[in-house]
Amino acid sequence: MNEIRFREEIAPQTWRYLVHAPEIARRRHAGQFVVLRVYEKGERFPLTIVDSDTEAGTIELVFQVVGSSTRHLAAMQEGEEILDLAGPLGRPTEIEQFGRCVVIGGGYGIAPVIPIARALKDAGNELVGINGARTAEHVILLDRLREICERVEVCTDDGSLGHKGFVTEVLAEMIEGGERIDYVLAVGPTPMMRAIAELTRPHGIRTVVSLNPIMVDGTGMCGGCRVEVAGETKFACIDGPEFNAHEVDFEMLMKRQRMYRDMESDATRMYKPQSTPLNGGCGCHREGGQDGH
Amino acid sequence: MATNRGDGRQPMPERPAEERVQDFYEVPLGYTPEQAIAEAKRCLQCKRPLCVGGCPVKVQIPEFIKLVSEGRFSEAARKIKETNALPAICGRVCPQETQCEQTCVLGKRGEPVAIGRLERFVADWEREHDEVEVPEPPQSTGYSVAVVGSGPGGLACAADLAMWGHDVTIYELFHAPGGVLRYGIPSFRLPREVLDAELNYLERIGVKMRLNFVVGRTATIDELLEEHDAVFIATGAGLPRFLEIPGENLLGVYSANEFLTRVNLMRADRFPEYDTPVHCGNNVIVVGAGNVAMDAARTARRLGAENVTVVYRRTRAEMPARAEEIEHAEQEGVQMRFLASPIEFVGDEDGWVRSAICQQMELGEPDESGRRSPVPVEGETFEIECDTVVVAIGSRAHPLVPETTPDLDMSRRGYVAIDESGATSKEGVFAGGDIVTGSATVIQAMGAGRRAAESIHRYLTGEEPPGGITAEE
Ligand SMILES: Cc1cc2nc3c(=O)[nH]c(=O)nc-3n(C[C@H](O)[C@H](O)[C@H](O)COP(=O)(O)OP(=O)(O)OC[C@H]3O[C@@H](n4cnc5c(N)ncnc54)[C@H](O)[C@@H]3O)c2cc1C
Ligand SMILES: Cc1cc2nc3c(=O)[nH]c(=O)nc-3n(C[C@H](O)[C@H](O)[C@H](O)COP(=O)(O)OP(=O)(O)OC[C@H]3O[C@@H](n4cnc5c(N)ncnc54)[C@H](O)[C@@H]3O)c2cc1C
Ligand code: SF4
Ligand code: SF4
Ligand code: FES
Repeated sequence: MNEIRFREEIAPQTWRYLVHAPEIARRRHAGQFVVLRVYEKGERFPLTIVDSDTEAGTIELVFQVVGSSTRHLAAMQEGEEILDLAGPLGRPTEIEQFGRCVVIGGGYGIAPVIPIARALKDAGNELVGINGARTAEHVILLDRLREICERVEVCTDDGSLGHKGFVTEVLAEMIEGGERIDYVLAVGPTPMMRAIAELTRPHGIRTVVSLNPIMVDGTGMCGGCRVEVAGETKFACIDGPEFNAHEVDFEMLMKRQRMYRDMESDATRMYKPQSTPLNGGCGCHREGGQDGH
Repeated sequence: MATNRGDGRQPMPERPAEERVQDFYEVPLGYTPEQAIAEAKRCLQCKRPLCVGGCPVKVQIPEFIKLVSEGRFSEAARKIKETNALPAICGRVCPQETQCEQTCVLGKRGEPVAIGRLERFVADWEREHDEVEVPEPPQSTGYSVAVVGSGPGGLACAADLAMWGHDVTIYELFHAPGGVLRYGIPSFRLPREVLDAELNYLERIGVKMRLNFVVGRTATIDELLEEHDAVFIATGAGLPRFLEIPGENLLGVYSANEFLTRVNLMRADRFPEYDTPVHCGNNVIVVGAGNVAMDAARTARRLGAENVTVVYRRTRAEMPARAEEIEHAEQEGVQMRFLASPIEFVGDEDGWVRSAICQQMELGEPDESGRRSPVPVEGETFEIECDTVVVAIGSRAHPLVPETTPDLDMSRRGYVAIDESGATSKEGVFAGGDIVTGSATVIQAMGAGRRAAESIHRYLTGEEPPGGITAEE
């Protein structure tokens, strides 16, 4: 179970995996994610299901290496099995015929955008894509986006590909240029999603974002993923992860995302994957022995 | 070595508080064989034992205690296992003072027989002496049953069904089985090796486990019914409740579920060796006064918090936690602030919680539960400094299964509705444990699991369960 059937580095520190998980592949919808645990001492963490192949029984994951868990995952090889993989979790995206939609991905955020864009397209919407990244070599999944959208704008921070600047600037130009926009979907770093919400708010453009708070179980049992939406507390893993951007308290989300930053950077420094056996390679089984410090 | 006081009853040896707050090892050390025999000899061997009536699964208490008094410990363990598949666990976590020991006749004048401690002793003895007998695999019935959730309710149901020859698969959303026994109850009350051994027994009698399987998501109940002849839902009441007051989403404010799961399941006590962190500052407030609150408070002490204060809106007399847990918490330096109810958490500019503003309460008239209900003292509030808050005010039913099973009738409070046999409104689907009753106890969930197992057996075969000892209330 959970065998890595294929892996490739599609940008620096950014990987695309095909993982054998036929039950999840069969059931998943756009907008849903899985929770993984990569090795015995590892964390549970969420990744979006980018696509699935029900015949091959595989799901596609695209992730960026940011800390310990993602680094361990990136160190795995084809043929190895991911220790734990649960899903599909989260509410599927609400897909309707909105009209003309702009789908925006910043950095790895383009990965979660792909399945939603595909579903929007299948529902008869007209799509424009905006794909932003730091530099040309960090631009990912551009061909996939082009397949779905009738037009794709690319932008990079340094101008090495497409526009020089941020995705928000491209969107602002479109709005100012009087382009018809009925719906915006944006996934990426939280400041980017907040900026887009601010941009579309005055124009009353329906805007949806996919939030990425810290999660543990991913099934509603811990409350760690809580976010404030329209003044109410929601659990992103069961009420989301997608919400109306104009109602999200991004300030709080950003603070909560930083909750373990200091602790985690220490951990990443102290424990390199090379020194930590993968997948119970140490021979010891699941939680054994008595617990002390 | 510190010991409990007690007239008559053999005291339970315990590790001293100063030592045990340094680690997550178990607090009570267990009886020696001599102590167990001496305690067993106190039992009057009543002809009509009242103790049995207090046990939700009707453990054959005088019978097993007689075997203990004769030094036949492993036989005693097997006697218990006729009705209770997890004695090493129940001996540790059952609230005996409100169950079997409450009704023991000796309790009328002095102290009741220490039934729980004896239960724990014989189960530990059997395991430590490698005398656990795995019964012969029974003739297969050809029926297959899905059990959803691997908490005590699911485990008890699975054990019985497997013993009667059914093919049983437990589906569990977490990566490790046990339910609250795994992620809720800390290892200093229930060591993981004890839990693992009990789970191992289940696997040895042929119960299969599908971990990382989220019923309602990975497959629905209807889909499980395509592969199985019956389903038992034991998904627990795992959803945390919050106070719904300002500042509750500040950094450092946890649900007890998250705080305990990070430590118990994910091993945040051993961060950074384990990847999952937990934030536990020096001034911790725990809101609530049940077992969960005591577990969170004692865990916080073990994570190094100097000041841990339990904030409760009633008084000591109304605390729902077990007496033993309250006593242990206090020995370990946990403070109690009664008649106080947080109305707001105040944070700093980075969003971290810095204090709790509490409303002073007083006790008013008794409410429908018979407890005197707390009422605010108008205008009297005070502030407690804190850097971590753990909210332990109860839980709700898990909605994933109900939401994805349209023809499952629910009770008013969002729990699954069942009849006396444990059957739900849906053909072939049974339910029990916290998902039916709301938060209760381990042994009540097990009792419900066993009752459902009997009903499932009848439903599948049309016959009474073989040699089944009925676990009716
Ligand atoms: C619904 C959802 C879908 C996501 N989809 C993708 C995806 O498709 N591709 C991708 O690259 N990333 C995705 N993420 C983010 C991904 O989960 C984090 O990058 C990952 O958990 C980082 O873990 P780490 O140990 O490598 O880094 P760490 O050093 O542990 O953390 C780095 C940062 O990642 C975040 N993070 C840490 N632990 C968790 C956790 N358990 N849950 C959520 N966030 C955490 C925190 O903000 C943290 O500061 C998604 C997050 C969510 C909530
Ligand atoms: C911290 C704490 C301390 C406690 N201390 C005591 C004590 O000392 N004594 C006592 O008697 N009782 C105690 N209790 C109460 C007791 O643990 C519960 O009453 C008991 O565990 C209920 O058992 P259950 O089988 O109904 O559910 P649970 O133990 O909650 O197990 C439910 C299982 O189902 C799984 N699940 C849920 N939804 C799904 C799904 N959709 N798909 C697959 N799996 C799913 C969950 O992950 C979980 O593993 C305590 C509870 C807590 C939280
Ligand atoms: S199972 Fe619990 S209630 Fe029953 S006899 Fe044992 S300790 Fe007492
Ligand atoms: S009621 Fe007490 S004394 Fe009587 S049999 Fe039960 S444990 Fe023994
Ligand atoms: S991740 Fe635990 S409730 Fe959402």
